[in-house]
Amino acid sequence: MAYSEKVIDHYENPRNVGSFEKDDPQVATGMVGAPACGDVMKLQLKIDDDGVIEDAKFKTYGCGSAIASSSLVTEWVKGKTLDEAATIKNTEIAEELALPPVKIHCSILAEDAIKAAIEDYKSKQPA
Amino acid sequence: MDNYFQLFGLGERYSLDQAELTSTFRNLQKSVHPDQFVSQGEQAQRLAVQKSAQINDAYQTLKTPLRRAQYMLELAGIDLKSEQHTLRDPSFLMQQMEWREQLEELKQAEDIDGLEQFSDTIAAAQRQLTQQIAQALDAGQHRQDAPKWANEVRKLSFMDKLTAEIAQAEDALDY
Repeated sequence: MAYSEKVIDHYENPRNVGSFEKDDPQVATGMVGAPACGDVMKLQLKIDDDGVIEDAKFKTYGCGSAIASSSLVTEWVKGKTLDEAATIKNTEIAEELALPPVKIHCSILAEDAIKAAIEDYKSKQPA
Repeated sequence: MDNYFQLFGLGERYSLDQAELTSTFRNLQKSVHPDQFVSQGEQAQRLAVQKSAQINDAYQTLKTPLRRAQYMLELAGIDLKSEQHTLRDPSFLMQQMEWREQLEELKQAEDIDGLEQFSDTIAAAQRQLTQQIAQALDAGQHRQDAPKWANEVRKLSFMDKLTAEIAQAEDALDY
């Protein structure tokens, strides 16, 4: 299967690979997996006092499309508020990366990783 | 239409005898071989070809543990094969992540002994999960609580992937 240029670019030069300390109260961690292909994705957001995402990192074990989707998402979420980040749709990711239909689930995984991270952050905040 | 278990004259159970499955498969294929239907006309031959394809699909599904488990969940109403479901079980996924990091390190270090040990660890974990699933599916628990057992079968597909990657790493190290 041929990957698009953008997928190859993100795959060969992934942005923001790595981890933050997951117990840091400013860090939100989203862990998701796609049973269809066995891919595992971890997305971490560092959130400042105003609720803005100041930094993001990811680690993905999966195919090129899954790596590219998560790499792209780390770029997109930076500077956004959590509410803004929550509006990112898998269709936008798939369109940007020109993912073929069989790889749509990689973009769904990346969208779900953002949601999981936001949920993790909310669960960490004192009620 | 019969389901795959019925087609093979089996009860709907996860545990099965592989040798018996294979011999039933061969007998069934013989019984629908198009040559047997030459005298009965084109229609009968076409039906035999269809039947043969169905028997083949059934065999491929039943003989593979993961696919057999997925199929049993499908019969219970959850289509695991074509779903776009995202698993969100943090502790399970964290463990998967750690295992994949470990595998990557072993590959980079070309640590054949370490890889062998790691392979044993993963095989044991997979065996344990498979046993749990086998017991539940044999007892028909997946019909009472399909979502729960669907999740366990989803976990099995991550273990399958990891096992496949270990095998690849072992091949690559020419071991």
